[in-house]
Amino acid sequence: MSIHKSTIERIANLARIGIDAGNIDQYSRDLSEILDLVKKMDSVSTDNVEPLAHPQDIELRLRPDQVTEPNHRERLQNMAPATDQGLYLVPKIIE
Amino acid sequence: MPYRQTLTVLSAMLKQGKISAVELVRCYLDRIQRFQNLNAFIAVDEEGALIQAESADQLRMQGEATNLTGLPIAHKDIFCTRALKTTCGSRMLENFVSPYDATVVERLAKVGFISIGKTNMDEFAMGSSTETSYFGHTCNPWDRNRVAGGSSGGSAAAVAARLVPAATGTDTGGSIRQPAAFCGLTGLKPSYGRVSRYGMIAYASSLDQGGPIAQTAEDAALLLQNMAGLDRKDSTSLDRQVPDYMATLNRSISGLKIGVPKEFFDSSVDQSILTAAHSALAEFEKLGAQLIDISLPNSAAGIPCYYVIAPAEASSNLSRFDGVRYGYRTESYGDLKEMYEKTRNEGFGAEVKHRIMIGTFALSTGYYDAYYRKAQQIRRIIAEDFRNAFYHCDYIAGPTTPTTAFLLGEKISDPVSMYLSDIFTITVNLAGIPAISMPVGFDNKGLPIGLQLTGPSFDESGLLNMTHRYQQVTDWHWQLPKEYL
Repeated sequence: MSIHKSTIERIANLARIGIDAGNIDQYSRDLSEILDLVKKMDSVSTDNVEPLAHPQDIELRLRPDQVTEPNHRERLQNMAPATDQGLYLVPKIIE
Repeated sequence: MPYRQTLTVLSAMLKQGKISAVELVRCYLDRIQRFQNLNAFIAVDEEGALIQAESADQLRMQGEATNLTGLPIAHKDIFCTRALKTTCGSRMLENFVSPYDATVVERLAKVGFISIGKTNMDEFAMGSSTETSYFGHTCNPWDRNRVAGGSSGGSAAAVAARLVPAATGTDTGGSIRQPAAFCGLTGLKPSYGRVSRYGMIAYASSLDQGGPIAQTAEDAALLLQNMAGLDRKDSTSLDRQVPDYMATLNRSISGLKIGVPKEFFDSSVDQSILTAAHSALAEFEKLGAQLIDISLPNSAAGIPCYYVIAPAEASSNLSRFDGVRYGYRTESYGDLKEMYEKTRNEGFGAEVKHRIMIGTFALSTGYYDAYYRKAQQIRRIIAEDFRNAFYHCDYIAGPTTPTTAFLLGEKISDPVSMYLSDIFTITVNLAGIPAISMPVGFDNKGLPIGLQLTGPSFDESGLLNMTHRYQQVTDWHWQLPKEYL
């Protein structure tokens, strides 16, 4: 299966990866090869087979909806690229 | 030579006062320095390790030491640590310092282990050779022109060269077992849910599992004992009793049935590996185990299935790296979208971007059923193949890998050929069951060969028992590459 350039652009947009225009052909070739490998799944018949999401096939445990952590804002924001007065800074999105 | 000892022996040496924790840590720090060219470590905590060692020695003087107090260990750089940066082998996290310790790190520290540094790995654990690391490839101590395997290649190389007596790793499709096989070590991937994933940076959450890379099954048991168990901070960690792994190491294996799947012994496997695997099986027979032929008919679908499920989960997990809350942010940008896109393009390496793209594609409108749903259905079929096999046998044995360690650069530009190197390990993760790789010989180039034993869910103690018994009558696990003797 060959992935068209426009599909590469669409996926890159969905994944928010700004791939360089010059690399699109390379991506197209690499991803097509991987999908060729993946398509080998089709040789296995899966009619009436329930999908398996969790390897132990059980429901995940829920925790009580309780506050267990104190406020770590400062510690957590220390590792952010840009903060100010307890806020994360990003480019302006509302004019 | 203290550095040639196992954790078990070092523990006794510390207890008897034959060596102090400070001396031991210095010895390993010297070796790490001396063999820097392996590039096994991303960060070494010289100062911190010595401080930990001093306090370990003090505890011992005060009579408050445990059996494990003062034993050095290294962590794969996927485990979050407060003391050192946690990069996950990526430019994205080049300067990331976690605000908390992973549960595995915390538990091992609590029983007395000294964390000496963070080991190299494929970027976000995506790779089978440790060549996708942003911090350069790791070399195999058995032949520096060859890969140490991956993604836990730094941990394996460090233990193989005895830069540290044991290390932690993680395994999503073979990332503990394959490097253990390539480096002549014992590596255990526990059952899914056995070891907490809290603070272990997620690649594919339904497959990832942490475990030990060690010199012997005995050491692996000792580590797993202190890594395993319920952790409320990880909703996928399971509430199963953790047995005493050391207590059952010497149990007789007489009468146990080892299933030998014909699919794992075909012509795609190096002849030297087939020969070594058969000799190992003969050794198990001498120990009283019984060999029976079995079939895992859908094994071949494992790799295609994995390369949908793992990238799909990765595409979701790695969406958190957006240059806002932590990690790398691009230098110059206009609007928010451009900031995301440039940050992610520059912060991630090629293999990571490939997998995010494949995962995004497989989950996108119109493709979900044909890819993701189909893969999850195959996942059930593969898990059932194992379940059926375990009606007939107690364990399943086969080669860990189809080849021994390949050359650096040999597969890195051909993703699909790299993926195929995990053919025997990947189905185990899909089924969520435990498996161990143990050294069982060398090929004609002097490269280690690994045998994989797979067991039913939560039977890690059986795998350790089998491996330990084998290691009592063989000496493959004691071999060291000459330069590192």
